[in-house]
Amino acid sequence: MAILVLAEHDNDSLKPSTLHTVTAAKKIEEKIGEAEVHVLVMGEKVEAVAKASAHIDGVSKVFLADAPHLAAQTAEALALQTGQHLNASNYSHILAPATTFGKNLAPRIAAQLDVPQVSGISMILDAHTFVRPIYAGNALATVQCEARGVVVLTVLSTSFDAAGTTDTSAAIEPVNKVVPDTSGVRLVGRQLSSSEKIELTSARVVVSGGRGLQKAENFKLLEDLAAKLHAAVGASRAAVDAGYVPNDYQVGQTGKIVAPDLYIAVGISGAIQHLAGMRDSKVIVAINKDPDAPIFQIADYGLVGDALAILPQLTEQL
Amino acid sequence: MKILVPIKRVVDYTVKVRVKPDGSGVDLNNVKMSMNPFDEIGVEEAIRLKERGIASEVVVVSLGSGACQETIRTALAMGADRGVLVETDLELQPLGIARLLKALVLKEQPQLVILGKQAIDDDSNQTGQMLAGLLNWPQGTFASKLEIADGRATVTREVDGGLETLELPLPAVITTDLRLNEPRYTTLPNIMKAKRRPLDVLQVADLPAEAVPSIKTLKVQPPQPRKPGIRVSSVEELVRKLREEAKVI
Ligand SMILES: Cc1cc2nc3c(=O)[nH]c(=O)nc-3n(C[C@H](O)[C@H](O)[C@H](O)COP(=O)(O)OP(=O)(O)OC[C@H]3O[C@@H](n4cnc5c(N)ncnc54)[C@H](O)[C@@H]3O)c2cc1C
Ligand SMILES: Nc1ncnc2c1ncn2[C@@H]1O[C@H](COP(=O)(O)O)[C@@H](O)[C@H]1O
Repeated sequence: MAILVLAEHDNDSLKPSTLHTVTAAKKIEEKIGEAEVHVLVMGEKVEAVAKASAHIDGVSKVFLADAPHLAAQTAEALALQTGQHLNASNYSHILAPATTFGKNLAPRIAAQLDVPQVSGISMILDAHTFVRPIYAGNALATVQCEARGVVVLTVLSTSFDAAGTTDTSAAIEPVNKVVPDTSGVRLVGRQLSSSEKIELTSARVVVSGGRGLQKAENFKLLEDLAAKLHAAVGASRAAVDAGYVPNDYQVGQTGKIVAPDLYIAVGISGAIQHLAGMRDSKVIVAINKDPDAPIFQIADYGLVGDALAILPQLTEQL
Repeated sequence: MKILVPIKRVVDYTVKVRVKPDGSGVDLNNVKMSMNPFDEIGVEEAIRLKERGIASEVVVVSLGSGACQETIRTALAMGADRGVLVETDLELQPLGIARLLKALVLKEQPQLVILGKQAIDDDSNQTGQMLAGLLNWPQGTFASKLEIADGRATVTREVDGGLETLELPLPAVITTDLRLNEPRYTTLPNIMKAKRRPLDVLQVADLPAEAVPSIKTLKVQPPQPRKPGIRVSSVEELVRKLREEAKVI
């Protein structure tokens, strides 16, 4: 028996989310014993990604499906290809990161296998029992899958450390068959944020702005602070909806979940949907002009005042 | 073109739920219930497609207890044509719901199914993708823009790195993200009109699908509380605390 991790990548490089997912796979392996962790890399010209996967600590084999129709990473093509690989090998678990990549793909695979999925696990109790946040993180559910059938999971990166890398390389094998995609889905284009931007979900420090910043230009103040702290910039839904920053900045129940060492919330009221995305940060700082803003209830350090005046001072003093 | 919109009745998004002391679940007594916000966005999108002459009929479906009729009436008041309640007191889970929805899709033959990307109670984010997988239809998840023309859907998707646009042949499954549209409010005259729109009630047994839950919830606990924080009175004090006490900068 083996455990399969679906690699997230952009055809050029492996995403850190995969490393966190491998750690979760290793935890399951420890619980079962005598299992191996395999990584499946699907894409076009993804040899570098396969190599990087083969150097992840704890991975014993990498399977590679390399074909032009896998370049766009559509759920249709990847689910078919994963299904083909599962026919050829025997897996007890399939894991994907709980990112938009894994959220899009894993349930389609589960449905094709006619098995349920456990989304966004934060803890592994045994090979079939997991903890996951529900209701915007206001409750933690312990859930158990039936022992028969493959267990399909998506993994919260913030709850599992990134796996390390080794000098030795696991074997890389081509998949036994590449299956064509007949879905007719076509990638028209992508508008991605600059790759120089520090990634929100792996940053050590995150500074987020809300509607309290009042306009897009004021996010410059937040970016100055972020540059000083080598921080990633995040936002509340209200700031994204108002067009201050793009959608991929959104932190929360329905955006990204982060847990940095330091999270600074500026002009954010602290709605439960926002807290769901950052409540596990080690240290939380809130800056808000309203002393009764709910964000102060979960902040380690609260500072009441006008963000537009405070931000430049803070940047200067760091 | 017919559009099917699955809508879930959930705890209102403004409610901060409490875990029951015996750990059996969250306390839903006397809690305000509403349509899942992502599903309101789905209903709105379907109605707009009808208003633009692209869709001919908008059918909403909810699976759950009799109380879901209220949720269906809300969607009818927004402008949906017809409602279906698949009534059950069983606990439903995404795979079971997807199987029941597949049976309903085969019966109703819509060209488009628009679901929410996520139910804000279970936070599963699975049902749309599962339905697409079971039907072997293409999927456009986390949509922030949707255009239908010449038998194809062009979907802009909110992904972790930004935006992605896909073109899918119909029939297809779409799941909504927050920025797809802003749902309209229901008005009193429309609420009155909605009372006369058809609402069929089916039993789970009427559909050729198995929906027995296969994941067991063993217990539900509240999250670890954070230790209480402090107020600082100046930027200087904040910087000092972060350096010397928290040691995070
Ligand atoms: C289905 C659904 C999903 C959602 N998902 C998310 C999600 O993933 N993430 C998310 O963040 N939200 C989400 N929300 C929205 C959430 O409910 C809140 O509406 C949102 O988080 C509010 O953003 P905000 O705090 O920036 O704005 P507001 O609530 O308007 O708060 C602005 C704050 O700024 C303060 N302020 C104003 N001016 C200043 C100033 N000059 N200096 C300092 N402070 C100032 C005010 O006192 C106030 O506290 C979701 C909502 C729904 C219904
Ligand atoms: N009981 C239900 N009745 C109707 N639609 C549902 C139900 N449960 C889930 N859905 C649909 O599936 C979407 C995603 O739910 P989930 O996969 O549970 O996060 C929701 O936004 C609804 O569109």
